[in-house]
Amino acid sequence: MTLLLFLAQTIRIAVPYLFAAAGGALAERAGIVSLSLEGYMLGGAFGAAIGAYYGESAWIGVMAGVAVGFVLAGMHAVGTIRFKADQIVTGIAINLFAVGITRFLLQLAFDSSSNSPRVVGFGADNVGGALALASNPLVWVGVVVMPALAFVVYRTTFGLRVRAVGEHPDAAASVGVPVNRVRYAAVLGSGMLAALGGAYLALDQHQFTDSMTAGRGFIALAAVIFGRWDPARAGLACLLFAGAETLQIRLQAAQLVPSQFVAMIPYVLTIVAVAGVVGRSVPPSALGRTSE
Amino acid sequence: MRRLFGLLGVLLAAHLVLSFVRPEGAATPPVGEGLDIGIVFDLGGRGDKSFNDGAYLGAERAMRELGARVRFVEPGEGSDREAGLRLLAAEGMDLVIGVGFIFTDDLTELANEYPNVAFAGVDYAVTVDRAGNPVAPPANLAALKFREEQGSFLVGALAALVGNSKKLGFIGGMDSPLIHKFEVGYAAGVKAVCPDCQVISQYAGVTPEAFRNPGRGKELALSAYQQGVNVIYHASGSTGLGVFEAARTMQKFGIGVDADQFNEAPGFVLSSMIKRVDNAVFDMIARVKDERFEGGVYQYGLEQDGVGYVYDDNNRALIPDSVRARLEQLKADIIAGKIIVPSSR
Repeated sequence: MTLLLFLAQTIRIAVPYLFAAAGGALAERAGIVSLSLEGYMLGGAFGAAIGAYYGESAWIGVMAGVAVGFVLAGMHAVGTIRFKADQIVTGIAINLFAVGITRFLLQLAFDSSSNSPRVVGFGADNVGGALALASNPLVWVGVVVMPALAFVVYRTTFGLRVRAVGEHPDAAASVGVPVNRVRYAAVLGSGMLAALGGAYLALDQHQFTDSMTAGRGFIALAAVIFGRWDPARAGLACLLFAGAETLQIRLQAAQLVPSQFVAMIPYVLTIVAVAGVVGRSVPPSALGRTSE
Repeated sequence: MRRLFGLLGVLLAAHLVLSFVRPEGAATPPVGEGLDIGIVFDLGGRGDKSFNDGAYLGAERAMRELGARVRFVEPGEGSDREAGLRLLAAEGMDLVIGVGFIFTDDLTELANEYPNVAFAGVDYAVTVDRAGNPVAPPANLAALKFREEQGSFLVGALAALVGNSKKLGFIGGMDSPLIHKFEVGYAAGVKAVCPDCQVISQYAGVTPEAFRNPGRGKELALSAYQQGVNVIYHASGSTGLGVFEAARTMQKFGIGVDADQFNEAPGFVLSSMIKRVDNAVFDMIARVKDERFEGGVYQYGLEQDGVGYVYDDNNRALIPDSVRARLEQLKADIIAGKIIVPSSR
């Protein structure tokens, strides 16, 4: 039973990471740095709460959240692809913008700078523990999102083009791949995926609270890097990070390990990965570079 | 590159503008005869359902009962705070209040710079010099401190008396001395009525983000409830909203903090440990009006009605009369000094 509870909790914690890391892997494979995952998630969470509140349906919430992710990613895409802005700076700007705009709209809509009213979510309200998982369709989508992305990236024409424009955009262009269009698609897709992670958070809490993503986008990005930009490995990294978090939650009560220690695990692993301790971690070679 | 700066400029401008826009009411015109009070809110501003709203309530009462004119400033991020305080001080307000411990350094600096203006800081963190002695704030600065450990003690006793379990839960936001105060007070309250009870303490993280992570709060609470805890007290900002969500899921209880949080999960909030920021702010304004204002450290505990627990129509059914009587006895003992509540680990 304890094991079951542990696994259920790990999956619950992993779902937002999986969505956001899927988005991160997609955009970065296309050569666009994804520091803005945090902003997409926050926007997605806000959109989901607003949609579920006014639409009185969790599915409308999901759609609204994805739409917000689309818009934010559109800003990132236009900035980095059309205007060739520095991708890191634009990403940070998107994150700051998402924090500010959600806070402002929260106050405008609900006269609170803290949280939205309670909204509908998925599944039965009063089911605790492991069972609560199965009733949330976003959990199921979250579990298959990485395998699905792996299929898209490695087995479809679109995936081939994504990898091509991320590795060598000029070569891709020379054989007729519409580089910018592929990158737009990848970035917009990444925004919608990461926003799903945010929507999951908001619907699981039945509300939006100010800055509720609390750095999850950065952990997801760490998972992408730790997973060497490979969807399957990034997915496993998400599960690993979520498992570490669950372990920390479970161990904290016993006060065996200082909470500071477990909190740093994702980042330490990322540094380890980037330093090349476990295999070589090679980013897409055109990552962060604009193409003419 | 020019385009990059253009885009960034637009984004940053939008960000800045949005953080300054206030949804309602412009600032009241400043200064002249009478009692002019300036209040600078902490991040979140009005509508945070916590300190800022408490300060607003106190100011509102002062407007009604003392005829004070109050001007509010809601800063955005970081450096706007100091600018807000300076603006009010330079305009010659009679009293300038900063809401939140984050104002500590700015208040100290401005109090030295404007010796003729009275300042007050809610949750002002009194600094300690190298020898470990507290450094007194400037003579025109009042540090408004709350005895959170006393209020936490009472909700700890309450949790142990109605929790129907030997295990009680505590969830803190950022793992820091400020929050340990709540934890040790709570644990002392539990032990006072149930010596063999155990408090399971958890923290949401080690950064300020830990106060805004309801997802983490919910998972922490679920794991505690699954271990047989029936009541969890949180001192974790909006992370605690996740605790209430878990309480709802598991049909158990949470205890709120700072303000009455009953409405966040009606039926699942046993009580709340309230900090009467409104009383403290009103008290300060009244002192300025009566020319009784002095700098120094003000402690608002149970005796001054600065902290307390919620007992009203919403939760009366959950708290038997015998428990209520016990809590009132404990409260009287604390006020009388028969019980000394610890405030640090």
